Amino acid sequence: MRTRFDEQLNVLNREMIQMGSMIEQAIEQVCEVLKTHDLEAARLLVARDNEIDRKERDIEALCLRLILMQQPVARDLRLISSALKMITDMERIGDQASDIAEIITMPVDGEVLEKPEHLQAMGEEATRMVHKAVDAYVARDVELAREVMNDDDIVDDLFVRTKVELFDLMKKRGEHGMQLLDTLMIAKYFERIADHAVNIAEWVEYAVTARYKGETL
Amino acid sequence: MSILEQKGHVTAETFHTEDIKFDIQNMDLYYTAFHALKNINMEIPRGHVTALIGPSGCGKSTLLKSLNRMNDLIPGCRITGSIRLEGQDIYASSTDVNLLRKRVGMVFQKPNPFPMSIYDNIAYGPRTHGVRSRAKLDEIVEKSLRGAALFDEVKDDLKKSAMAISGGQQQRLCIARCLAIDPDVILMDEPTSALDPISTSRIEDLVLEMKKDYTIIIVTHNMQQAARISDITAFFLLGEMIEMSPTERLFSTPQDKRTENYITGRFG
Repeated sequence: MRTRFDEQLNVLNREMIQMGSMIEQAIEQVCEVLKTHDLEAARLLVARDNEIDRKERDIEALCLRLILMQQPVARDLRLISSALKMITDMERIGDQASDIAEIITMPVDGEVLEKPEHLQAMGEEATRMVHKAVDAYVARDVELAREVMNDDDIVDDLFVRTKVELFDLMKKRGEHGMQLLDTLMIAKYFERIADHAVNIAEWVEYAVTARYKGETL
Repeated sequence: MSILEQKGHVTAETFHTEDIKFDIQNMDLYYTAFHALKNINMEIPRGHVTALIGPSGCGKSTLLKSLNRMNDLIPGCRITGSIRLEGQDIYASSTDVNLLRKRVGMVFQKPNPFPMSIYDNIAYGPRTHGVRSRAKLDEIVEKSLRGAALFDEVKDDLKKSAMAISGGQQQRLCIARCLAIDPDVILMDEPTSALDPISTSRIEDLVLEMKKDYTIIIVTHNMQQAARISDITAFFLLGEMIEMSPTERLFSTPQDKRTENYITGRFG
């Protein structure tokens, strides 16, 4: 029996759940800030990205230590290698939430325009996807992971609608071009966050089934 | 290109008949009343390294020794079913056991050189099989030592006692001694368990090199070693063969829970 190894795998699991919860909070808060335009909350969000970065480095070090010391195989190796891949996507989600917050904190010339109708929906859908991806990891739930992969189409569709809305606004309110471009960036970040949630879900599927994007690795 | 590469992820069962070196069917082995191997069915492909893994007492060494009838020497040992070497039943009454052991050589856990010179250790087998010509023996000794990646280290000391070289060199000498009788198959029973990491690595490189010319079957307790050097791995437990798959698959996605528990160290 590998009691010490199992303990270390439990630590890895706890760390992953913590990092998952940190990125869930970050994206939830960024959606909130988008609605309230609370600049102080946005600045706090930018600052907290460092904590997510540090967590990524801690988990990475733990995974490398486990590979070195325990020479894992089969499900243990899949769990550790997928954790190593997942944290990169989780860290990117943290970065992009922070990037959105940073855009919100930037001074705007003149009036602050209403955000496009579909942008908030994009943020909410991306948040749901991140929640589901983290839950799928915690519960080792392949069905839930597959739901996340399918949900990506919803966000992609909302992104197209947001772009159309922004294009119409550009034509009507061309003097706010910079602000509208920043809003487009925010939409793109949400779209990327959804893609990272899909990546996480794909690694969850691999950890459980040994299949990645339909192939056995 | 190897058969495994040609066929991608194949199961060991999908080899063509002509690719099969050993065909073991419905084999049971008893030590008096003890049922040591239970209904073993395996096809061991030629030109590949097949690893046998499992906890102590699972029957893997017993199976290995059955392949060149070393178990004949154990009182009360009884075998049913069949083991065919290239189609010929090795337990048939017509089988010449000496010839069988010439075709199926064996390397043991602990290096066991004879207390004689390096040269004589290698020449011993060929001499027993009637080779008398000095020139021919010289040729066999050099070829065997080269085949075991030992020639360059001992070429100036062939008269030196084999007992005076290092453990790792002794084990390669035993491999060279095995090659000297020109076998088809080499059985290895934990050949590196008594060696340091450098000597182990040399033997592992040698095994990979030798599979071009020989069929190799290796018993090992070292999971990483099985993963590094074998093409196919068979897992044994309590006398049964639980699972046999291409090594990469067995170590990444074992099909049987018992295999997974063993290779991940959670057995028992």
